[in-house]
Amino acid sequence: MKQRSYLALEGIGVTFATRNGPFVALQNIDLNVERGELVALIGHSGCGKSTLLNVIAGLTKASTGVIFLDGQVVDAPGPDRAVVFQDHSLLPWLTVAENVALAVDKVFAATLNRAARRDLVMHNLELVHMAGNAAKRPAELSGGMKQRVGIARAIAVKPRLLLMDEPFGALDALTRANLQDMVMELQASQGSTVVMITHDVDEAVLLADRVVMMTNGPAATIGEDLAVKLARPRHRLEIADTSGYVGARTDVLRFLYERFSHPGEKAA
Amino acid sequence: MASAVLKLVETPVGTLPENVVAPQPLRLALPVAAPVAVVPRSALQLWLDARAAAILPPLIMLVVLLGVWQALCSAPDARFPSPIKVWTESHDVIVHPLKGVSFDAGKIKVADGADVGILVHIATSLERVAIGYSLAAVAGIALGVLIGSSLFAFRALDPLFQVLRTVPPLAWLPLSLAAFQQANPATVFLIFITAIWPIILNTAVGVQTIPAAYRNVAKVLALSRPQYFFKIMLPASVPYMFTGLRIGVGMSWLAIVAAEMVQGGTGIGFFIWDSYNSSLLTDTIVALVYIGLVGFALDRIVAFVGRRIAREG
Ligand SMILES: Nc1ncnc2c1ncn2[C@@H]1O[C@H](COP(=O)(O)OP(=O)(O)O)[C@@H](O)[C@H]1O
Ligand SMILES: [Mg+2]
Repeated sequence: MKQRSYLALEGIGVTFATRNGPFVALQNIDLNVERGELVALIGHSGCGKSTLLNVIAGLTKASTGVIFLDGQVVDAPGPDRAVVFQDHSLLPWLTVAENVALAVDKVFAATLNRAARRDLVMHNLELVHMAGNAAKRPAELSGGMKQRVGIARAIAVKPRLLLMDEPFGALDALTRANLQDMVMELQASQGSTVVMITHDVDEAVLLADRVVMMTNGPAATIGEDLAVKLARPRHRLEIADTSGYVGARTDVLRFLYERFSHPGEKAA
Repeated sequence: MASAVLKLVETPVGTLPENVVAPQPLRLALPVAAPVAVVPRSALQLWLDARAAAILPPLIMLVVLLGVWQALCSAPDARFPSPIKVWTESHDVIVHPLKGVSFDAGKIKVADGADVGILVHIATSLERVAIGYSLAAVAGIALGVLIGSSLFAFRALDPLFQVLRTVPPLAWLPLSLAAFQQANPATVFLIFITAIWPIILNTAVGVQTIPAAYRNVAKVLALSRPQYFFKIMLPASVPYMFTGLRIGVGMSWLAIVAAEMVQGGTGIGFFIWDSYNSSLLTDTIVALVYIGLVGFALDRIVAFVGRRIAREG
């Protein structure tokens, strides 16, 4: 029998019951992610990227198919698959440290004592350069800072899989570049396995080992799976005009704007 | 206020480099010391200015109102007492609000019966409100959380609550008197049944509208039910709860006066009824002022507590 990948999606389909009858959002999705890989999911808005991520997270039930993580079936949410939400989803009544502590205290309640958990919170805030803002509330932070905390909360529980849903979509270009560099550093130092949704072609090619492109919905599936063969560590300026980068970028653009142009433009 | 302090502190800091070049201790010390002496005074001045700007308009309004009232009611055959008449006729009520209360070796003793000062009546009313309202707060939040988090409970109970909440407080009084036999618990029950509906319904809305984002955080962390309740549900719905609690305290105060007027004995409602029966209209006017001020204070206290809790988390 063939060895399964670290994360294996087999025949995943999602059908929503809507007022106008069943709506097939995803169909027949097979996806394999190896340990330590960073996979970027890209596709037009509304194609079903968030739905797929939510299925992996266990927040949405798959109508068909199975998901294996490290050989085990997963079908309910759990902290082993941490999620960085697009809207950061920090709890506004808790401070930065308390937001991270909520996750750490839950996951390490039995294995670490209070002081060790506190250290873990601060360590992870240091990793995202937010230790100096530990006592602030989310309302006092900029969008980029909130997302740093969101990332700290996710990685602090040492998840087996890190899921990110357009984590930098709402940020300005400079902040986004900063955070992209930070994610690359974190992934290199922690060896995390990451599935990240993006609609930014440059972000996908810069960060990912593989760019998985989704066809347009309804009944979206995986259209192409492109390996980005660029050496790490990657520096955005150094790789910007290498043939590997430009080639990968062109491939993704071609997929998005030639083969699967935006549904709205196609109809016109 | 904060920005004013900041500005004044900034000025000496801005001039500091110039002084550093000439390292004479006296010149260095002077520009630093001088503003320190100025800061508190001008900050106080600013504070006083702000206070005056806030207090002056209502004060003028009050004087105008009293003046017009006096002018309208100063005719000898006026049916309605003028402010000056209120002052002279109800002088006793106004200057002896604590009649019947004696301080004895640090202990406060209150005379029994109805012939006590107006503040004693108010205290009696407040005590009833405190008991009835506290019970309503506890039961109301519990029921609100129940119907907010269980669709079955919502469908079962919401129609009942919607009907019952429209029943005027006084309509409960006969049932309440029949059930409790005594005036005091009957009034407390009346407060309870008046205040509970807005608390239930607002808490339920708060729980129902917890953003999906927070629920997803809880799911990903696999929080247990009690953890979800204390860490997500309660803090997320606190603002709604306090909206209900604030409406509830206002309604309690409305209901207590009506209830005491009907059921008699003690309390500020009884005081009003008694003054009407004794044709002491000026006493009624004094009581109205007190009731208004106490109701206002209750509303502000609940609002303040709500803001504090929402901020603390
Ligand atoms: N709970 C739901 N019920 C019905 N339809 C849904 C639901 N969630 C998502 N959809 C539909 O599924 C499609 C994919 O949505 P989504 O995964 O959010 O897209 P993306 O993240 O790629 O922009 C959309 O057409 C959306 O309207
Ligand atoms: Mg999405």
